[in-house]
Amino acid sequence: MGDTSRLCSVWLGSETGILKGVSLSRKQAFNFCNTSHLSRDQEVRALCWGDPAESELLVGSVDGTVKTFSTEKGSFTETRRCGDPADGCFTGLAVLSGSTLVSCVECGTLRVWREDSSEPVKELSAGKNVCRMRQSPVHPHKVATGGKENGLKIWDLETPEKPVFTAKNLRDDWLDLRRPHWVRDMAFIPGTDKVVTCTGYHQVHIFDPSSPQRRPVLEVEYGEYPLTALSLTASGDTVVVGNTHGQIALLDLRKGLVRGCLKGLVGGVRGLQCHPSQPVVASCGLDRFLRIHSLEDRKLQHKVYLKSRLNCLLFSSRDLEEPAGEGGAQEVKEEEEEEGDEVWDSMARVEEKPKRKTTEEEEPQKKKGKKKKKN
Amino acid sequence: MDFTEVPVSQHNKGKKKKNKTPKKKRVSGEGNGDGGGVEPKEEQEEKMEKSEQAATAFPPSFSVSEIKNKQRRHLMFMKFKQEKRKQKLQLKKKKKKEREALGDKAPPKEVPKTIENQRVYDETTVNPEDEEVAFDEGTDEFSSYFNGLTNPKVLITTSDRPRGRTVRFCEQLATVIPNAHVYYRRGLALKRVVPQCIARNFTYVMVINEDRKVPNGLVLCHLPDGPTAHFKVSSVRLRKEMKRRGKEPTEHSPEVILNNFSTRLGHSIGRLFAALFPQDPQFVGRQVATFHNQRDFIFFRFHRYIFKNEKKVGIQELGPRFTLKLRSLQKGTFDSKFGEYEWVLKRHEMDECRRKFQL
Repeated sequence: MGDTSRLCSVWLGSETGILKGVSLSRKQAFNFCNTSHLSRDQEVRALCWGDPAESELLVGSVDGTVKTFSTEKGSFTETRRCGDPADGCFTGLAVLSGSTLVSCVECGTLRVWREDSSEPVKELSAGKNVCRMRQSPVHPHKVATGGKENGLKIWDLETPEKPVFTAKNLRDDWLDLRRPHWVRDMAFIPGTDKVVTCTGYHQVHIFDPSSPQRRPVLEVEYGEYPLTALSLTASGDTVVVGNTHGQIALLDLRKGLVRGCLKGLVGGVRGLQCHPSQPVVASCGLDRFLRIHSLEDRKLQHKVYLKSRLNCLLFSSRDLEEPAGEGGAQEVKEEEEEEGDEVWDSMARVEEKPKRKTTEEEEPQKKKGKKKKKN
Repeated sequence: MDFTEVPVSQHNKGKKKKNKTPKKKRVSGEGNGDGGGVEPKEEQEEKMEKSEQAATAFPPSFSVSEIKNKQRRHLMFMKFKQEKRKQKLQLKKKKKKEREALGDKAPPKEVPKTIENQRVYDETTVNPEDEEVAFDEGTDEFSSYFNGLTNPKVLITTSDRPRGRTVRFCEQLATVIPNAHVYYRRGLALKRVVPQCIARNFTYVMVINEDRKVPNGLVLCHLPDGPTAHFKVSSVRLRKEMKRRGKEPTEHSPEVILNNFSTRLGHSIGRLFAALFPQDPQFVGRQVATFHNQRDFIFFRFHRYIFKNEKKVGIQELGPRFTLKLRSLQKGTFDSKFGEYEWVLKRHEMDECRRKFQL
């Protein structure tokens, strides 16, 4: 079990409560679930790495529990209760140095938990209807929250009374009507202090806390549908956004232009992430597929069918195409040579032996292989 | 009408012309008194000769499309097609003779290629033993219907100010679907209609959209929080337009047949249709509603059947018939602006391959 989890380079949480790991080098997807009984209560809403070494994953479910999954062992190691289901689902999970966990739920309560106690150490209210909470990669104690009619707020966890930065709504429009705002997702731009957000009214805003202006510094509009997910590329000047129709676009933040669109996604985008070092972006959504596009030529590199609707995803920092290290490496190579064309997408339950698909699947996989070569 | 004689052996301008030219020569030679019919042929010959003389140096590659005159080109093409058809028939006859000659030892007949045969394998095709998909379906929005907890109650309405055909279509649909109620739209917003329906225990809202007095769209919204499907409706035939139809459908609940919904999306849509009808069909009524999916088009038919003996069945078509094509499937009740879509028809991306289907 542990070796399969060590191979996975992309982790996804699904609506059925199953944590899925995908190994792109071996082109296999694995289901990691607690026991053989599943329930919709365990629907995964938030995923984050438990430590910088990426050996542990924190999985937040709808019923308010946060489970820790160890990639070394390949199983769930502990479960913590971090809130009531009545408060709403998790909208963000983050880890401070050590074992402190920061969680945010839909009703706006941001809590800091320590490993030992079951009561939160700190608690603050970030307004109502929070859609997302994100942690700054540079300053781990800074988090940003935003939601429906709840503007962007940047909090410093050491001074939890007041937010460090509260964004002002846009100016009234030409009819003097108040503009509605709905922050769906945000990200901290690595080089500077700025924060980029995407809204449900198909706008992308950049806020600069260091400037005296509390309104957005840059505004870009894309499409006609709410933007649901956002991710910054490693270079920091392009942002990838996805909307409810499955349209994913690359926007340039310097001037505010659309660089290009990534095709292929059919359902609403729920999770988007750019790889930390390679120019690829992974997208998952309601159409039950994980797609990996390359950022340079905007072509689809990998497409994996995962049978449930996917809610969130995480990249591991290692190279995507890296072959499996240690232990099972030789076995893997032998298997690959035997099969010739890759065994694409053989879903395997971790509890039982991984099943190989029957020969009738081989032909379509060959066709898939051909399609891939064209790309 | 003079024409120079050119030896037949030089007439090899591609295989299309080989058979034609000597015949034409003969015909034009004989039929001097034909008049108009002959002249174009002669002119063609003259042209051929000219081009021949010019092209004797290198291998000829003349094709019908190079003739600039439309009428002549058309004639040549017709001739070419007739030739081809003739050759095809000759080939068939030959093969048939060979088959009969061989008798039992003849090789089996080849299966013709159809688009359904050549369909690109869809990786989302549901495997019946798959546990994850079974769990997903067992706990989705239709689970309360399939577990027998709720009975369907359908509200049928139209877009604002419907015209004759649409109104009659709605009435006929209401006879086909048991426990269906038709309401006049009165210009109400759907987003406001939906919570009122939920309060009155409806399980489905069907909105038939009309364009230029003809129904052309269907929005099917499953109620408490279920998916909303938007279809394009075409080929609506009302009851009086049906040939050899039976009497009016009775109040018995029909059986439901869902054909060919094989992919995961197909399964969702199939369940959407199945949940429109009550779970226990009344076989006394001998009525059956069929949703047949072929090439992403869903054909709806309503029949009454009778078993004459064990092997023979007679069917009468009652009820309206129409064709649906799925345009989008949205998670949640009707909210076209801010809702999340599970599947959207993107014509330019999906219709590129003729052999790839989504349902």
